[in-house]
Amino acid sequence: MSIAIDKSKCVGCGRCHEVCPGTLIKIGGDKKAYIKYPKDCWGCTSCIKECPVYAISFYLGADIGGMGSMVHTEKKDSLLCWIIDHPDGVKTEIDIDPKESNKY
Amino acid sequence: MKIEKIKTELLIIGGGTAGCYAALTASENADVKILICEKANIERSGCLAAGVNALNAYITEGRTPQDYVDYAKKDAAGIVRDDLLYTMSERLNKVTKRLEELGLVILKDENGRYAARGNRNIKINGENIKPLLAAAVEKLPNVMVLNRVNVIDFSVRDNKINGAFAIGIENDTFYVIEAAAVIVATGGAAGLYKPNNPGFSRHKMWYPPFNTGAGYAMGIKHGAEMTTFEMRFIALRCKDTIAPTGTLAQGAGAKQINSLGEVYETKYGLTTSERVYGTVTENIEGRGPCYLKTKGISPETEESLLKAYLNMAPSQAIKWIESGKKLSEQNVEIEGTEPYIVGGHTASGYWVDTNRATTINGLFAAGDVAGGCPQKYVTGALAEGEIAALSAVKYIAENAADTIDESEINSHISEIKKFTGENHSRFSTERLEEAMQTVMDSYAGGIKTNYRFNEKQLDIADYKIRQLEKLSENLHAEDLQELMYIYELRERLTVCRSVIAHLKARQETRWHSFAENLDYPEKDEKNWNKYVNSRLENGEVKIILRELTKEGQRTYEHSN
Ligand SMILES: Cc1cc2nc3c(=O)[nH]c(=O)nc-3n(C[C@H](O)[C@H](O)[C@H](O)COP(=O)(O)OP(=O)(O)OC[C@H]3O[C@@H](n4cnc5c(N)ncnc54)[C@H](O)[C@@H]3O)c2cc1C
Ligand code: SF4
Ligand code: SF4
Repeated sequence: MSIAIDKSKCVGCGRCHEVCPGTLIKIGGDKKAYIKYPKDCWGCTSCIKECPVYAISFYLGADIGGMGSMVHTEKKDSLLCWIIDHPDGVKTEIDIDPKESNKY
Repeated sequence: MKIEKIKTELLIIGGGTAGCYAALTASENADVKILICEKANIERSGCLAAGVNALNAYITEGRTPQDYVDYAKKDAAGIVRDDLLYTMSERLNKVTKRLEELGLVILKDENGRYAARGNRNIKINGENIKPLLAAAVEKLPNVMVLNRVNVIDFSVRDNKINGAFAIGIENDTFYVIEAAAVIVATGGAAGLYKPNNPGFSRHKMWYPPFNTGAGYAMGIKHGAEMTTFEMRFIALRCKDTIAPTGTLAQGAGAKQINSLGEVYETKYGLTTSERVYGTVTENIEGRGPCYLKTKGISPETEESLLKAYLNMAPSQAIKWIESGKKLSEQNVEIEGTEPYIVGGHTASGYWVDTNRATTINGLFAAGDVAGGCPQKYVTGALAEGEIAALSAVKYIAENAADTIDESEINSHISEIKKFTGENHSRFSTERLEEAMQTVMDSYAGGIKTNYRFNEKQLDIADYKIRQLEKLSENLHAEDLQELMYIYELRERLTVCRSVIAHLKARQETRWHSFAENLDYPEKDEKNWNKYVNSRLENGEVKIILRELTKEGQRTYEHSN
């Protein structure tokens, strides 16, 4: 899997660049973030969760069965909301309360 | 390239799970100057970057630390250190309490006790576990953190460590760090073998691809004794996404079934290696693919599982959603990963005494990089971080610090200049990495051979890895990030050579799949109830066989 950064949304704050455990994201001359080594992405989603303007999504590569959906998270009050945009325009949303533990 | 010299008292290499906890412990127990060097950013680095799903090592109500020792020993077919397992197990609950104080959400039952998952696990929301640890470290007054600084070598003289060398990958700086004591906490090694999906998703692996075995390689190079590298770890994971299966198996009670719907796990045994071996064998014998049976689970279970996966391995959750089929309508296909070397799951790593002192004076090891103590997981890594920190602090009080020779500094600078300057290579670092993974896959028991190997194949592997080592001397880097990639490749090659030597040395099959030696397909308790250790001497991996610790043994000291 890898990530895609929406340049039109990016405000160049550098958070994604700061947190990536693989040092894969850079800030370009246009002050926008870009992923320099897309194949090296581990898929940890740290950058996605840290982006304040929700400019980063991830997708599964076709080699591991990806169907083209783009996924990102948004913070809704105290909830972490996962948003999956399917290629046909359908949206799935799942809210997670960070104060709730996993049941399994 | 700038050159910066730093003097500290305690250097911690790797600000991951064990490294951060070592810093907390040292800072609270002594007035020492501490420096953490982290190749990424301690906020989200290493194994915990994506979040974890449970604390896999905890002494639940009615159980004792000795029960945990017995479990881990049985799972590893006896090749463990009793003293290490015990001293870790004793601390599991204390470090868990500390995690909760730092803000980790732990599920409680109606009586306010931690809710257990099976006999040894407790349930948490571990999405933010690394930011919590990092925030605690950043508050400490006497700790300095250098992020995006990759350590490339130790400085060792007369078997005593005096510091380390590092490169600042984003600030074009070469660091010379002098320290009175060093804790190595760089985690295990991923990327030695060809991964499940070598194309676009090559890094969608279980273990962090950024943990390249640097700590092992630096120790090997300087003659540290290592143990049990032949006990590779192969994870049984959800196919393609390589997401953990424990949540489905231990958490929701899903059984391993083959394509005929038969439960096969009981046929092969339930140890970690047997679960992998069973799956491999079912496939070889034509009853694959294998699955975890989730068909028919309740809607509530289904929803909780989906959320649990979003918290720790979101790609698996997305896969379910994209497939358009609910988890209760399809079983989850499973497969074995490529082999890793990881001392938090198996027993590979530095040979340490009970205080987590390595055989190099002043160097301590904790977490996945330390050997002899499998089934550590998060809490075990924290426990070892604590033990190593207390030992290092004591060492600092008793031993005078030395300096690093100018000649040693210069030889590192000229090596870096060679890689970033005049070097020309027909091959890129990436191509040589692929070549290494292909060699390990084909000749040292990778996925391709169903994890099996024989001596002749290992000899070929050794020969080819040495050739790649030679080729790697001429690699060229455009910047310090590419330079880091060269060092990472060279670290992996060093680890590969040790893995091959260890696989060859243990002339039995102690663990199916983890070390499946076709020349010696049986377990041999008579001759091989021993640790296989090694030390690099004159460029060759020398094997050292050692007697196992006794049942109930609580301490172990290094001897020659
Ligand atoms: C995907 C995944 C899921 C897991 N889930 C669970 C779970 O649910 N429950 C559980 O109990 N356990 C789980 N584990 C196991 C547990 O997380 C690990 O055993 C433990 O975190 C290891 O700690 P560590 O400190 O040894 O390694 P890490 O936490 O990985 O720390 C190593 C650090 O060293 C840094 N580093 C490496 N090389 C260098 C270098 N040359 N210079 C500077 N820095 C360097 C790395 O960037 C990293 O920050 C999981 C592991 C993985 C990989
Ligand atoms: S998902 Fe993780 S590894 Fe991939 S770019 Fe983002 S932070 Fe880096
Ligand atoms: S975190 Fe988001 S806004 Fe900030 S630099 Fe990255 S993509 Fe741009």
